[in-house]
Amino acid sequence: MQIEYFDGTSRDALVVDREVPYPDGKLIVSRTDTKGYITHANQAFVDMSGYKLDELIGANHCILRHPDMPAAAFKDLWDTIQAGKKWHGYVKNLRKDGAYYWVKATVIPNIRNGQLMGYTSVRRKPSRTKVDASAKLYAEMLAGEASA
Amino acid sequence: MSYVLSVSPDFSPDHLSGWFIFNTWLQRRLEEKFHLELYDDFESQRGDIQSDKIDLIYANPYDAAMLVRDKGFKALARPSGLSDEAIIVVPESSPYQSIEELKPGVRVACTQDPDVNMMGMIMIEPADLDRSTIEQQSAGSYVLVAKALLNGQADVGFFLKDAFDDLSGLIRNQMRVLVESQIDVVHHTLMAGPKLQALAPKLLDELVAMNQDDKGRSVLESMSIKGWDAMASEDTEFMIDLIDTLID
Repeated sequence: MQIEYFDGTSRDALVVDREVPYPDGKLIVSRTDTKGYITHANQAFVDMSGYKLDELIGANHCILRHPDMPAAAFKDLWDTIQAGKKWHGYVKNLRKDGAYYWVKATVIPNIRNGQLMGYTSVRRKPSRTKVDASAKLYAEMLAGEASA
Repeated sequence: MSYVLSVSPDFSPDHLSGWFIFNTWLQRRLEEKFHLELYDDFESQRGDIQSDKIDLIYANPYDAAMLVRDKGFKALARPSGLSDEAIIVVPESSPYQSIEELKPGVRVACTQDPDVNMMGMIMIEPADLDRSTIEQQSAGSYVLVAKALLNGQADVGFFLKDAFDDLSGLIRNQMRVLVESQIDVVHHTLMAGPKLQALAPKLLDELVAMNQDDKGRSVLESMSIKGWDAMASEDTEFMIDLIDTLID
């Protein structure tokens, strides 16, 4: 399947309808530079994404973007963190093997001596109620984006 | 000049004597006077931090942001291989088998330990629970959290994993772990305040070399710490950022 990104680039990715449950008690932690390129990933990120650590480091965070996620959700994320604020949201992520996993994500800007150095993102286990509500909302948003 | 050393009130009572021994070791190594000031609760310790009465502190990760950003502390070192993990526990006979089964109104026993309570709240989110939908019961110690569970006064308890492991087998065996955090990157930190900055490089050298001689090793053993790892300022900033992402 072809996945289109907001910057006009695209890539072919395998997408299969299989959910991998988020493990209890774990946090997925990653950091990126100011452009979204991954500079740090913890073991939980490696395990859940299906990528090796050296495949994640240097890759853009958008390799996790699932085609069921509307572009508007990521625009809201970038608008929020570029304004120096914390962003929370529920995200359906695409694994390397084409399966998916849902997360509750929080992203904050890393400010050092008044300068933006990058972003830290922490993902945790979401409730099923929130996942179901988000899936419904994103499907409506995606339909709206397709018809626009 | 005399300095004040303090320890986050969540330390295990089993290690109380260890911190006094560490204080004596510190004075000998630095040839400076240190007084160990211990607190029963977080609020009174935070009050003294605000009044600049503390110079060196073994700080809870939750307080690290305030110490660095508001009070000018710098992280020196962290205990090697030790991270703060939380667990959620139920009585052995509890009908609950998973977090998702917990319902609004569930009675949660916990201490005032801020990072454990934060991690505990994150781990009950998958059941659509938050502070407004649980009945939180604050206890003075982890032993009292266990007592509340075993007396039927609470349905679940939040524990620091190390504190749960320190309970007697007799008590532990009457409880069951529902979920255990595996966060790895949240940990206590030894932090030096502004008055101690001139001594900080010498103190750090002493800490990092502490497990190289018999005396240092025996002090570490009394605190159940294997050694100290130096912390770069970016390591501290990373942990503070991470805690920031977890506080709603």
